Amino acid sequence: MTTIPEYDIARSARCPLDPAPAMRARQEEGPLTRVRLWDGGTAWLVTGHAEHRAVLGHPEVSVEPARGLPRLSPAEAAGMDSMAKEGSSGLGFIMMDDPEHARLRRMVTSAFTVKRVEAMRPATQEIADELIDRLLAGPKPADLVEAFALPLPSLVISNLLGVPYDDHEFFQANSRTIINRNSAPAERGQAQRRLAEYLDGLIGEKLAKPGDDLLSGLVERVKAGELSRQEAARMGVLMLFAGHETTANMITLGTLALLRDPAQLALLRESDDPKLIASAVEELLRYLTITHGGLRRVALADIEIAGQVIRAGEGIITVNETANRDPSVFPDPDRLDLRRNPRLHVTFGYGVHQCLGQPLARMELQVAYPALLRRIPTLALATELEQIPFKHDGFVYGAYELPVTW
Amino acid sequence: MKIIIDQDKCVASGQCVMAADDVFDQRDEDGVVVLLNDDPSPGRLADVRQASLVCPALAITVEA
Ligand code: SF4
Repeated sequence: MTTIPEYDIARSARCPLDPAPAMRARQEEGPLTRVRLWDGGTAWLVTGHAEHRAVLGHPEVSVEPARGLPRLSPAEAAGMDSMAKEGSSGLGFIMMDDPEHARLRRMVTSAFTVKRVEAMRPATQEIADELIDRLLAGPKPADLVEAFALPLPSLVISNLLGVPYDDHEFFQANSRTIINRNSAPAERGQAQRRLAEYLDGLIGEKLAKPGDDLLSGLVERVKAGELSRQEAARMGVLMLFAGHETTANMITLGTLALLRDPAQLALLRESDDPKLIASAVEELLRYLTITHGGLRRVALADIEIAGQVIRAGEGIITVNETANRDPSVFPDPDRLDLRRNPRLHVTFGYGVHQCLGQPLARMELQVAYPALLRRIPTLALATELEQIPFKHDGFVYGAYELPVTW
Repeated sequence: MKIIIDQDKCVASGQCVMAADDVFDQRDEDGVVVLLNDDPSPGRLADVRQASLVCPALAITVEA
């Protein structure tokens, strides 16, 4: 009898920016293999790029927990069970299928068009410059996460949503609890509830006194009867949460990757070609794949992927970080190469659930890296790689701290 | 070159606009794709193909 390997996303301490060794081993066995989950159940693990897109673009796969989505930890299983009991989907439309998903998602997409996001670029640049002024005026070494990587996207998303930035410690602490896959179910539930209550309070305020922010836009929908107040609060939580944790980790790890590769760093610092900067950001997104560990789906019918039939009801995990290192799409995939064309990367996912905030994330990163590298030309790591506390425990990979000096 | 878009499928990711902003745009109300030019010059083929390839919703078909 062959034993089925365990699902394991822990990246190696020696190569913390590369996919988990266990994931790479599965990828070497083939684009579609099986893994055993913590509860003894099994799921299909999709590690190839073409197969990843085939699954996520397939009309017969679902993202709804109630249909049998694979569960990645006891805490998550408990969370899904309680959501099922309440008949709700805690994180809103990201765990719903169409047409419900599309209905809710379309209510917020207008805020994230390429044009709207472009209009936010000058303000984002100002935020970046101010944060760097403060960083340079303060003591060194400094923690790049606290001084720059986290406040930048937090400020941007708070402005966009219409959430007072003064409350950022509150929502960052709660987001951290939600994203940590070892959080106890009760803790995570509490954090989710606290954020939902907070957003609900804000919605109440905006019902009385609307502004021109995204939350006020949702409040209009509530007034028109197109959206319940609870749905609006959930969308607010999702956006607040997704809007800062992910980009913050990209800024942190991207800076780290560049500091470790002076030639690539020089390329980005010395270019003022927006095309090269945009493409460099895509490459960092591909190389780092902070959305690691896999996206979950469940087959609704028998479907064929890579010559293999996945039966209705079977769970599937598609792994962004191995798809992004698939040599048939990205030659020499382990090399950070800011000049390659990495547009087909799947860091934002693929299919109808692909990240809605991606234009915003791109713009923020296109501002953040050049600002840092140009204004602090002597920027350097103030610690050894082994000393950096990486987020091995999260659904989003990153570092808790990045000590830098200049 | 002939380009066909499917607005019902579009999930407003904006990837097509980033690939070819002279050919694709997004509606202000909901970010859904609109075609600015359904017959761009052959020199634009590579970027338009790219738009179709990166579209997460398979909403863009290119015939050339
Ligand atoms: S890339 Fe596809 S899904 Fe995204 S805006 Fe364009 S048509 Fe819509």
